[in-house]
Amino acid sequence: MTQTVAVIDYGSGNLHSVAKAVEHAGPCRVLVTSDANTIESADRVVLPGVGAMGDCMQGLQDRGLDSVVFNVIQEKPLMGVCVGMQILTEFGEESSGVNALGVFPGQITQFSKSMKGPEGNALKVPHMGWNEVHQRSHPIWAGIDDRTRFYFVHSYRYADANEDCVVGTCDYGAPFAAALSKPNVFAVQFHPEKSHDAGIHLYRNFLTWDGTC
Amino acid sequence: MGLAKRIIPCLDVDQGRVVKGVQFEDIRDAGDPVEVSRRYNQEGADEITFLDITASHENRATTYETVSRMASEVFIPLTVGGGVRNTDNIRDLLLAGADKVSINTAAVFEPEFVKKAADKFGSQCIVVAIDAKQVEPGRWEIFTHGGRKPTGLDAVEWAMRMVSYGAGEILLTSMDRDGTRDGFDLGLTRSVADAVTVPVIASGGVGNLDHLVDGVVEGHAEAVLAASIFHFAQYTIGEAKEAMANAGIEVRL
Repeated sequence: MTQTVAVIDYGSGNLHSVAKAVEHAGPCRVLVTSDANTIESADRVVLPGVGAMGDCMQGLQDRGLDSVVFNVIQEKPLMGVCVGMQILTEFGEESSGVNALGVFPGQITQFSKSMKGPEGNALKVPHMGWNEVHQRSHPIWAGIDDRTRFYFVHSYRYADANEDCVVGTCDYGAPFAAALSKPNVFAVQFHPEKSHDAGIHLYRNFLTWDGTC
Repeated sequence: MGLAKRIIPCLDVDQGRVVKGVQFEDIRDAGDPVEVSRRYNQEGADEITFLDITASHENRATTYETVSRMASEVFIPLTVGGGVRNTDNIRDLLLAGADKVSINTAAVFEPEFVKKAADKFGSQCIVVAIDAKQVEPGRWEIFTHGGRKPTGLDAVEWAMRMVSYGAGEILLTSMDRDGTRDGFDLGLTRSVADAVTVPVIASGGVGNLDHLVDGVVEGHAEAVLAASIFHFAQYTIGEAKEAMANAGIEVRL
């Protein structure tokens, strides 16, 4: 039977691209939904997110979906994308501070506005565009070359690249986490749905991931 | 190795067809936007920009439909602009599948609109498009209505103000160079790029691959945008990237 993938819809912008990219990645039925039962009965779950971390947390809580995320990761694979990754950490310094889900330790802080590149040039914020992801051993990178470029667009990041949960890093001014993982959870700061073939490949790997790290 | 400089093909779309005018006149047909964007996607474009140049009221539905079809098969970022006047327009474009929305004239008439838009949707999806013309050496001003109407606003100051209002990116077009194939206005590009903290996309005037290199090296742009050199198959995106890489610029190959 074709597996189902629930893309959690909690009012965080457009989920069309995420849904289309997952469908494109392999045989599966994608459901864009805010219904707790539908999410909990899916085979896999994607937690997207764009915009402000506070708005995303609020949207999730207003729909009672924060507890659903915890139920899901007890049993099956969940993939967080962009702010969907950020809200899996403990805290974000955006606006006046955002308490997040705490699936991963650590917090999300702003890029400094005075960062310099290798030639002394000022680095722009948001970090926008294609940057290299340095992989750490994880089954979900299968078939994707180390240092493949993915598409990022963000002004806040998970700065503690040495945490055990970090399975991919990126360098912008200093290293930061491009990917976090623990059993049943894989989360990325970049947008696989905007990262052309490499992004589709990553979603394809997620579709067959058994949840182990 | 770090963040790559981006190459962005631009589709000027009039009533559902890709066109490109020389200084906004003499419009030539360059095909179906979905087909064209599919080709650029395969060639390795880093993003695609879609400018709805008619942007009449009746035309909006066609635009949403086209954007939606593009977003269903092109898995790279898509910026849409042209006739964006209110937050409903932005919401509709984002829901159709745009990743970023570019605001041009409306920002000039109502600067607070940019603030409102960035607060509501996030700076990451708000691009402010600036059309500028040189008025004296070292000074450029904003023009609206396809370069016909002066506003008296200084381009560099305006760009800084738009960033302080929450613009996440600046799409900077030289109206003196647009369609001429003489290369970017590098003085303009550099003045704005050095003045703002957000990425600047250089636009207007690309006629060959050296111009793209100049936009980054001399103009300090984070991204370069071109239309006609790609539409009429003068160069592929791949050739453009190779030229940039040969000049020592980091690109996604």
